[in-house]
Amino acid sequence: MTIWTIFKRELASFINSTVAYLFIFIFLVISGVCTFLLGSFYERGQADLMSFFNFHPWLYLLLVPALSMRTWSEERNSGSIELVMTMPVTTLQVMIGKFVALWFILAICLLLTFPLVTSVNYLGEPDNGIIMAAYLGSWLMAGAFLAVGMCMSAITKSQVIAFILALVTCFVLVSMGSPLITNIFQSWVPSIVLDNIASFSFLTHYENIAKGVLSLNNILYYLASICFWLFAGYRIIEIKKAD
Amino acid sequence: MISVNNLCKHFDKHKVIDNLSFEINTGEIAAFLGPNGAGKSTTMKMLTGFLKPSSGDITINDKRYTDSNKSAIAIKSSIGYLPEGAPAYSEMTVYQFLKFITQIRKIPKPKRAQAIQSVVEQVELEKVLDKQIENLSKGFKRRVGIAQAIIHDPEILILDEPTDGLDPNQKYQVRELIKNLAKDKLIIISTHILEEVTALCNRVIVISDGKKCFDDSPEALRAMSPYYNAVSLKLSYLSDISGLLELDGVAEMRHDKETGLVTVFPEPGKQILSQVSTHIQLKHLPVDMVFPHEVKLDDVFRRVTSYSFLENE
Repeated sequence: MTIWTIFKRELASFINSTVAYLFIFIFLVISGVCTFLLGSFYERGQADLMSFFNFHPWLYLLLVPALSMRTWSEERNSGSIELVMTMPVTTLQVMIGKFVALWFILAICLLLTFPLVTSVNYLGEPDNGIIMAAYLGSWLMAGAFLAVGMCMSAITKSQVIAFILALVTCFVLVSMGSPLITNIFQSWVPSIVLDNIASFSFLTHYENIAKGVLSLNNILYYLASICFWLFAGYRIIEIKKAD
Repeated sequence: MISVNNLCKHFDKHKVIDNLSFEINTGEIAAFLGPNGAGKSTTMKMLTGFLKPSSGDITINDKRYTDSNKSAIAIKSSIGYLPEGAPAYSEMTVYQFLKFITQIRKIPKPKRAQAIQSVVEQVELEKVLDKQIENLSKGFKRRVGIAQAIIHDPEILILDEPTDGLDPNQKYQVRELIKNLAKDKLIIISTHILEEVTALCNRVIVISDGKKCFDDSPEALRAMSPYYNAVSLKLSYLSDISGLLELDGVAEMRHDKETGLVTVFPEPGKQILSQVSTHIQLKHLPVDMVFPHEVKLDDVFRRVTSYSFLENE
């Protein structure tokens, strides 16, 4: 009930601002550009959405910190954190309510890309199960990005700093699984260490998802990441809320 | 009832609250008085569960925040709190905000509209109900803050500078509102306005440097002034008034040559106005005016919160 109340307030606050529509518009434009121009959707001649899903880690890297930066920074900056935390609620309930509201907005963004699904079904005979699995995986990964962003927002009163911290942290979490980065360290870091580090990357777990292979391992990884970063954010808020 | 025992709060190595203890009962309107940075707001934040004490104990209606989550929620449900600066969700309209508060305060659905209507009438928010909070004046924002604090009819009301930013009429309205609410509640306010203490409160707790340096009635605070019950008189021309010093209950007499004002100080706890008046009539002293000396609470406040006073205490 309390989480639902927080969820509704956060969602209403977002929907009542022009930022919401701007965010959704930018998400759709960039994902369209990535799919059709960078991903060569038509040139590939395959009835799947690989060219769409492949860019999602980088799309979220840029956009999710912008979505999450205000969650706690603004509450602390305006002092409304003192109001909400003295209501009969727990910090965890507020944290979850805020997270679910923003995760719901990311789900709406993904749902609004449905013309791609209808297009690919019109042009060929794709495996819609694979597409649905990729959508679910992408949404899970978006949740992990969001949890990181909310944790960074809990650290500072400045939205700009929260955005930069989230961007940098998410970049590290994505790039430590990227061959471009792992190849640099290959000569002087043992491959077991590199593999272990890479196994914590958002990218490593997403590679299979983009292909439509959604294993329990990957689902658990993203759910665990969400829980970890939300809990870290919760602890930070408990410590820093009065600053 | 609120019971605070040996409360301490540190921020890093800085001790903000130092061994604070007090009890406040239902029906009392207690004022937290003290200079800026004394620890009034920090104490309120701990009472409302926003901050955890470094050590010490807070018991509210026989429950403690530390007992369990359920206890903490129960305590928070029984408190209405106006934080300093009356923060709110500025993008919401007043109605949306109050509706959100009724939901988060878990007021039963059928009673929500009535609760909103009641506070809107009490704090006179009818005109701005559909306006966004960010577009309201400071006075209206403060009233919205008070409305959210009383919307669930709490047993305990904690108001951090409730009249700050209000015009004299609004201040009067808020004070009247607090007085009306006080009948069956426990109210704590923090204020810099010393006159507000005498107008509103029946208990004063003065905090300075995180320590309690006074805890009694506003009248007892006034009594700490050397001018308490003192009598001033203005002479038409110089005359022998040494007889005043021999009156029963008179401790001291001072003559200000610049203003021509003579101030007669009583012994502690004594009233001397009638004796002085009678003496003037009997001795036919050339006196133009006789009046009780005004007690300036500012002076008492400075004295009570001064370093030397704290040291002596």
